[in-house]
Amino acid sequence: MTMIVTLIVAAVTFGTVLMFGTLGEILTEKSGNLNLGVEGIMYMGGAFGLAGAFYYEKAAGLEASGALAIIIAILSAFAAGMVASLIYSFITVTLRANQNVTGLALSIFGTGIGQFVGEFMRVSEGGYVALSNNLKDSFSQTIFPSFLVNIPVIGRILFSHTIFFYLAVILAILMHIFLTKTKRGLYLTAVGESPAVSDAAGINITRYKYLATVIGGGISAIGGMVYIMTTAGCVWNHEGLSGVGWLAVALVIFVMWRPLNAIWGSVLFGAMMIMYLRVSIPFIPTELYKILPYIVTVIVLVLTSMRNSRDKQPPASLGINYFREER
Amino acid sequence: MENNYAIEMKGITKRFGQVVANDNINLSIRRGEILALLGENGSGKTTLMNMLSGIYQPDEGEIYKDGSQIYIHSPREAYEHGIGMIHQHYKLIEVFTAAQNILLGLDEKLDIKGANLKVKNICSRYGFDIDPTMKVYDMSVSQKQTVEIVKVLYRGADILILDEPTAVLTPQETETLFDVLRNMKRDGKAIVIITHKLNEVMEVSDKVAVLRKGEYIGTVETKDTSPQALTDMMVGHAVALNIDRPKYDNPQKKLVVEKLTCVDEEGITKLDHVSFEARTGEILGVAGISGSGQKELLEAIAGLYPVKEGSVRVVNDDGSETELVGKTPRKIREAGVGMAFVPEDRLGMGLVGSMGMTGNMLLRSWKKGKGAFLKTKEPENLANKVMDELEVVTPGVDFPVRKLSGGNVQKVLVGREISNEPSVLMTAYAVRGLDINTSYTIYNLLTEQKMKGAAVVYVGEDLDVLLELADRILVLCGGRVSGIVDGEKATKEEIGLMMTQIGSEEGANE
Amino acid sequence: MNDVKTPLFRLAKRDELGRGKVWAIRAGSIIVALILGCIPMLLTGNSPAEAYGVILQGSLSRPIYIKQTVKIAIPLLGCALAIAPCFKMRFWNIGAEGQITMGAVAATFFALNFAKTIPHVPLLAIMFISAAIFGGLWALIPAFFKAKWNTNETLFTLMMNYIAIGIVAYLQGGPWEGRKGSQLIPMFQDSARLPTVLGVHCGWIIVLLLVIAMYLYMNKTKQGFEIAVVGDSVNTARYAGMNVGWVIMRTMFISGAISGVVGFMIVSGANFTLYKGVANGVGFTSITVAWLSQLNSFAMIAISMMLAVLEKGANTLQTRLQVPASIADIITGILLFCMLASEFFINYRLIFRGREKKEVEA
Repeated sequence: MTMIVTLIVAAVTFGTVLMFGTLGEILTEKSGNLNLGVEGIMYMGGAFGLAGAFYYEKAAGLEASGALAIIIAILSAFAAGMVASLIYSFITVTLRANQNVTGLALSIFGTGIGQFVGEFMRVSEGGYVALSNNLKDSFSQTIFPSFLVNIPVIGRILFSHTIFFYLAVILAILMHIFLTKTKRGLYLTAVGESPAVSDAAGINITRYKYLATVIGGGISAIGGMVYIMTTAGCVWNHEGLSGVGWLAVALVIFVMWRPLNAIWGSVLFGAMMIMYLRVSIPFIPTELYKILPYIVTVIVLVLTSMRNSRDKQPPASLGINYFREER
Repeated sequence: MENNYAIEMKGITKRFGQVVANDNINLSIRRGEILALLGENGSGKTTLMNMLSGIYQPDEGEIYKDGSQIYIHSPREAYEHGIGMIHQHYKLIEVFTAAQNILLGLDEKLDIKGANLKVKNICSRYGFDIDPTMKVYDMSVSQKQTVEIVKVLYRGADILILDEPTAVLTPQETETLFDVLRNMKRDGKAIVIITHKLNEVMEVSDKVAVLRKGEYIGTVETKDTSPQALTDMMVGHAVALNIDRPKYDNPQKKLVVEKLTCVDEEGITKLDHVSFEARTGEILGVAGISGSGQKELLEAIAGLYPVKEGSVRVVNDDGSETELVGKTPRKIREAGVGMAFVPEDRLGMGLVGSMGMTGNMLLRSWKKGKGAFLKTKEPENLANKVMDELEVVTPGVDFPVRKLSGGNVQKVLVGREISNEPSVLMTAYAVRGLDINTSYTIYNLLTEQKMKGAAVVYVGEDLDVLLELADRILVLCGGRVSGIVDGEKATKEEIGLMMTQIGSEEGANE
Repeated sequence: MNDVKTPLFRLAKRDELGRGKVWAIRAGSIIVALILGCIPMLLTGNSPAEAYGVILQGSLSRPIYIKQTVKIAIPLLGCALAIAPCFKMRFWNIGAEGQITMGAVAATFFALNFAKTIPHVPLLAIMFISAAIFGGLWALIPAFFKAKWNTNETLFTLMMNYIAIGIVAYLQGGPWEGRKGSQLIPMFQDSARLPTVLGVHCGWIIVLLLVIAMYLYMNKTKQGFEIAVVGDSVNTARYAGMNVGWVIMRTMFISGAISGVVGFMIVSGANFTLYKGVANGVGFTSITVAWLSQLNSFAMIAISMMLAVLEKGANTLQTRLQVPASIADIITGILLFCMLASEFFINYRLIFRGREKKEVEA
C-alpha cells in the first residue's frame, strides 16, 4: 500500500512537469500550430526559471520569500517560453515557413539557450548554482497543513504535492472551460480546424495563432522550470530534462487535445516514466517501461486513425500554414 | 426620383489582371423581391456579388444602400450593412454543431442555449428544419446549406445573395428552398439568386438581370419574359456556334458500360445501373446537372473510382472484349487499352503543377522502357510538339505548368491525352474556364480524334455546345441514365427536361 | 476614403526569382544570422570577431581539425539525404533519429557477436546491410499505417524515435551490457570498425557516393518521378497509374535504410560502441539541413559542413574562451531561423499600398 502511494506521489511530481508542457502544447496545437519546439521551450523555461529564483535570492539575501521566489520563477520561465514561441510564430505564421522544420530549429535553439544559460550561471558563479535549502523547500513542499497530509493514504495522494500540481490542475480546468464554454475558445478551435472558414467569418487568424502559440509556449516553459525546481532539486540538470518536451508532445496526442484528460494522462505518463525505479514486473525489463508512454501514444494514434471518428482527430489544419489566396 | 432600392450598384467594373470580369455594371435590388442574376459560366455573376459581400472591392463604380453610398471592405462589414451571401462552397467547421457555426465570428457573448432558441425561431419563421445541436459532419448537403442561410439570417441580414444554391440539391430540396425564399420575400427581404438554370428563374424570381461575358445586358420582369427571350439575352443571339460535326462512316461499338453502380465513402449511390455504349467515330455527349454522377462515371471507367457492380468493357479490334472493372489505371494501360482521360480537376488530377511540360508528358509514359531510369527524350519531343501544334504559350518545356494560364494548362493536358491516338477519349468539362478561341481549338481536336476513329465521351455543361458537337447525348440525372438522344435532332428543352426527370420520379417514391 | 482600411502592404506569391537573387537572399540570411550570433558572445563578454575566429580556427585551421569537422558532417549529410525523398513526397518523416538508432542496433549486433568469426570486410558488409534493412523496416512501420489508414506520420515517426532509443537503453543496461553494472556496451573490435581513408573513416566516401546516387535517384529515375508526383498531388499519381501506398512505403523504406546506414557509420566509424544517445540529435538537425538545401543533394554538402564547422568550432571556443559549447546550438538555431525566414522573401513579395495599380498593370 505504502509503495503504491509512494508511486502515485512520485508519478504526480513528474506528471506535473508533463502537465504544464502538455497544456501549453494543447493550446498551441488548437490554433493549428504544431510546435515541435517544446523540448527547447522547456529547456529555456528550466534555465530561466532557475536563474530568476537564483538571482532573486542573491539580491534579497536572507529575506528572500519563498512565495515571491516561486512567482519570479514562474514569471521568468513563462517569459522565456513566450519569447521562444514568439520566434516560432513569427517564422511560421507571418513568414509561413514549414512548421515541422521551424519547430525542430526551435528545439535546437532552445536546448542551446537553456544549456548555455545553465552553464554560464555555473561558470560565472564559481561552479555551483543552487538555492538555499529554505527556498528549495518552498518549491518542493505542499501548501496544505500537515494534518491534511497525514490523513492515511488519501492525505498523501491528495494533499502532499507541490503547489505546481494544484496550479496545473486549475490551469487544465480553466483551459477546458475556455475551450468549450467561451467565445474565444470556440473561435480558437475554429482557427485550428479551418483557418479559411474562420477567416471568412471575420476572425483574426493571425492574432489567434500568435496568442495561442505564445501563451502556450509560456505554459510549456513553466513545466521545464517545475522540473528543475522540484525533481532536479533546484540545480541545472539538462540530462534529466532531455526528452521531457517530446514526451509532452506525445501526451498531447494521448489525451486527444483535451485539457481535462491531461490531468490523469500526465500522471499516468509520469507513473510510466518513474515506474522502473520502484516496481518490477517479472519478464519486462524495467528499462523498457520508459518506452511505454510512446507505445501507448502510437497505439492511440493508430486506433483513432483506424476508427476515423470525427470527434477524436487532431485539429484539422494542424501543421499547415494558412495563406489567404487573392486573385 | 423614386428611390426605394435596397441596393444599387452603379457602373461597377472589376478587373483581374488583364481580364475584365465586370464591365460597367448597373444593378438594383428591391426589398420584397427575388432577383435572379442570370448568366452562363464565367459571365461574372459571382464576381459581381462578391463585391457586395465584401470579398472583392470594385475598381470603379459605386454601391448605394437605401440611397446612400457605402463601402464594403470585408464580409464583416457586409453584415453590418445587412448583406449576407451564401457561397457555393459552404464555409462551415465540420466538427462544430450548427449553432456553433452560426455563432462563429460574432461579437456577442457566447450563449449556446440562447442561440439554439434563436435558431429555432428563425427556422420556424421561414420554414427551415434544422437541429442546432447537430454536428456538421452528420449533415446532408442541403442541411449544410440551411445552416449557411440561417447563419446569414442570424446576423440580421435583410439582403441575401445565394450563389447557385440549387446546384447540389435534389428537386424536392430545391422546392423546399424556394418555399423558404418566398417566405423571406414576404417578410420583406431582398433576395438575389445567382443561377444559370432558366426553369428556376421562371419559377421563383420576380425580376431577372442578365450578364454576358462580364457585361450587363439588362433587367426584365419575369412575368413579361420567356425562357427563349432569356436565353437570347444570355447568349446574345439565337445560338449558332458553328461547330463542325462531320459524319464518320460505319461507327462500331467500342466501349460498353453495363449496369455500372458506384457508391461513395458515405454510402450514397453515385451511379445507379448506368448502361450505354460509346462508338468509334462518334462523340458521345454527357449532359446533366452538376453532381449527377458525371465525375464518378468517367473515373470509374478509368479505374479511379471503386465500382460496386456492373461491367465496363472495351471492344478490341478483333472483336474480343476487355473487362476494365477491377483494373487499376496501370492495369488498363497494360492490357493494351488506349484510353485517354481529361479529368475535370486539371492540376489536381491530370497534371503535376510543379513540373514542366516534359514532366507532364512523362505522366503517361514514365513506366516505359526497361531499367530504373526515366526516358525523357521522347516526352521532351512530345512536349515540344504539343507546344508547337497547340500553340501553348510557355517560356519553355520545363516551366512549371501551374504558372501557365488556364487555357494553356488545358492544352498541355489535352495535347498529351490525344498524343498516342487513343481509342477511347474521355473529357470532363474540357472547356470550363477557357476563352472562346481555346474552346474551339479543343472542339476541333476532339472532332479530329473522332474522325480518326476514337470513341469520344464528352461531359459538358453547355447544352448548346453538346447539341452541336456531340453525335449522341446521354443525359444523367441523379446517377441514372434518363435517356440517350440524337445530337442532331434533340432540342435543348428536351434535354433540359431529361436532366431533372428521373430525380423527380425517384423523389416521389421516397 | 475608399482606402481607409486597405492594409499598408499585402502579400502576393512571386512568380519566379532569378537564381542569382535567390542565392543572394540566402547568403544574406546567413550573414544576418552570424551578426545575431554575436549577441550571446557579447553577453558573455567576448569579442565576436575573436570568437568567430576561434570557431574557424578550431574547425578548419589544421588537418586534424578538418578531419574532426568532416566526421561531424558525415552523419548530418547522410541523414539529410535520407530525409530528402520523404519530404519531396510531403511525408514528414521526423523519425530519422530512431531509424539511425535501429540501424546502429543491427550493426552492433553483428559487431558484438561475429567480430571473431567473420573477417573484416564481410563483417562490415553484413553490418552495413543489416543496418540498412533494420532502419528501413523501422521506417516502414509508420509508412504502413500512413498508407493504410492515413495515420499522422509526423507524430508517429516522432514517437518511434523514443521507442528506438528506449530499446537501446535497455540493451545497454541488459543483454548487451559489457562489464556488469557499467551500463555500457563493450567497444567494437578492430574487425568491426570502418577503415579510415585520408584520416577519416570511410563513411565520407559512402555519403559522397550517396549524394550522387540520391541526385540521380530523385531526378532521373522512375521511382524518383513517382515520388515527385505523389508529393505534388496524390490524385494525379493515381491517375498516372501509380500505387500511392506502395510508393510511400517503398520511399520510407529507402529513407530508413539510408538512416540506418548512417547509424552503422556512427557506431562503426566514430563511436565504436552503441549507447542510447547514438543519434545525438542528428536525425533532427539533418531535417533542417535537407529543408534548407531545398532537397538538393549538393547543397546539403555545404549546409552540413557549415553546421559541422559551428559544432566543432564551438568545442574549441569552450576550451579557449570558456564560452559554453552549447553556443553552437544557439548559433545553429539562429542560422536556421534566418534561413527559414529568408525563404519567405524568395517566395513572396510585399506589395505596398498605392503601388498596387502599377503592379497589376505591369
